[in-house]
Amino acid sequence: MLELHEITKIFNKGSVNEKIALDNISLKVPPGDFITIIGGNGAGKSTLLNCVAGVFPVERGKISLNGEDVTALPDYRRAGDIARIFQDPMMGTAGSMTVEENMALALKRGQKRGLVRGINESRRQFFREKLLLLQLGLENRLGVPVMLLSGGQRQALTLLMTTLVQPRLVLLDEHTASLDPKTALKVLELTRELVEKNKITTLMVTHNMEQALRVGNRTIMMHEGKIILDIKGEQREKMTVAELIDMFRDVSGGQVQSDRMLLT
Amino acid sequence: MNLTVFEGAFIQGLIYGLMVLGVFLTFRILDFPDLTVDGSITLGAAVAASLIITGIDPVVATLLAPLAGALAGLVTGVLHAKFAIPPLLAGILSMIGLYSINLRVLGRPNLPLLRQPTIYEYLAGAGFTLRSSEFILSAAVALILILLLYYFLNTETGQALRATGDNEIMMRSLGVNTGRMKIMGLALSNGMVALSGAMIAQYQGFADVSMGIGTIVAGLASVIVGEVLLGRSRIMVWLFAVLLGSILYRLIIALVLKLGFQPTDLKLFTAAIVTIALISPFFKDYLKKVKA
Ligand SMILES: Nc1ncnc2c1ncn2[C@@H]1O[C@H](COP(=O)(O)OP(=O)(O)O)[C@@H](O)[C@H]1O
Ligand SMILES: [Mg+2]
Repeated sequence: MLELHEITKIFNKGSVNEKIALDNISLKVPPGDFITIIGGNGAGKSTLLNCVAGVFPVERGKISLNGEDVTALPDYRRAGDIARIFQDPMMGTAGSMTVEENMALALKRGQKRGLVRGINESRRQFFREKLLLLQLGLENRLGVPVMLLSGGQRQALTLLMTTLVQPRLVLLDEHTASLDPKTALKVLELTRELVEKNKITTLMVTHNMEQALRVGNRTIMMHEGKIILDIKGEQREKMTVAELIDMFRDVSGGQVQSDRMLLT
Repeated sequence: MNLTVFEGAFIQGLIYGLMVLGVFLTFRILDFPDLTVDGSITLGAAVAASLIITGIDPVVATLLAPLAGALAGLVTGVLHAKFAIPPLLAGILSMIGLYSINLRVLGRPNLPLLRQPTIYEYLAGAGFTLRSSEFILSAAVALILILLLYYFLNTETGQALRATGDNEIMMRSLGVNTGRMKIMGLALSNGMVALSGAMIAQYQGFADVSMGIGTIVAGLASVIVGEVLLGRSRIMVWLFAVLLGSILYRLIIALVLKLGFQPTDLKLFTAAIVTIALISPFFKDYLKKVKA
């Protein structure tokens, strides 16, 4: 269970560039919830995920994970529980290292790393079996440096890597946005398979309104650092994409942020 | 042509190769251009030489030098990781600080090791000539270091170190304290550099407070020369490339001196090699853009 209690995040505090990116946000995420997050550019979606992950300290408020107060913990000390995937496919893997080396790195997420070899035959076998799930033929390319893979392959690999050690919380920040539509769909399907099957609590930022309603079990909308809509259950099932876009237009003062939100 | 000059250069290439492997670890693996090495190679030389002078066994003296070097690397790492000082500046601060420390350790600007025992004499006692024992010992140490590095870089921790240099954000999201990783890498690297300094001092018969000037540039030049020749396809190849680069660099220097240049001209020569190597990627990119 993730709980945000009155979180405020201010960038460049005290300067002319001061920006309140998160404004007194509270959010309770029960175990197994799969929340999609929408909102215009600069609404604070990425900042929210970064604060949950511990990349940025918050100015005020409390973040707790499974009852433990993690507000003061740096990102690398939250990583045992939290797995992340970024929008940029280059960010989730080490390009100069091989497919199997990247998997070996992820196999130790949040754990102590020792002086034993990172890869041995049994681990390699395990990686191969996991890669088969992707159906991308990567199981035959264990020794290939990741920088030689396509963006979609890299993102699929990143996704697989997050599940090698079961996280309690997965943070996805527009992780399909920079992929071509076909690959994006495939990565999204993989996401659902890996996350929904294992009932992992998930926060997924998306700019795609249809995805926002169709994927997961709850949708929140952000605007100027606040959560302005939080729907689930029946209310969410009844909501149409058109209604959601209307609602979005209303709160953002009549302007639709970008055409791409309308696209499916 | 008198070949002993080149024999000497070859052995120097092996001994300086330990330093070059250290530079490789920071510059290539951690992506951290570390200027501490100019000070830590002298520190290694100074610690070993002054210990030998006080009658300590040369092997013990040589093994203590890397500890001092590691400490220097640790300081640079802490300056960078804990206090957010940029890599170049953190290295410069350590390097300058070490100048004073090295002078303290040496007691004077130049400390000769005349008629003092050295590690090279151990083998010479076993029936080898001094020259061949210098060769055997330096080659053996370089080889062992390469094997150890190879093993380490493939351990869980070593892989995390490599990935820290490649993608720090990813490694933090995988639970690695990347600041600590960098501190460890810098300590390891400067330990190797100091070991190189300790062995050079005994090879050349003195330690000098200014012997480290330009070490980083010589190290980079060696790394680049080796990569140009052998490539960096696999870690083992890369490590040997770096050692080969060091040997070739020293042979080239010997040749340049033979051609009649002054030793003081060498720094400009080395700086030119590194500059050319560093700007060549820009030209490659530029050419690509022009073609596109
Ligand atoms: N590291 C940062 N430094 C300063 N301002 C930032 C930083 N990150 C985000 N911001 C600002 O905070 C606001 C929210 O940004 P962000 O969370 O990235 O929005 P979203 O992901 O919803 O598009 C924006 O105004 C942005 O300019
Ligand atoms: Mg964003």
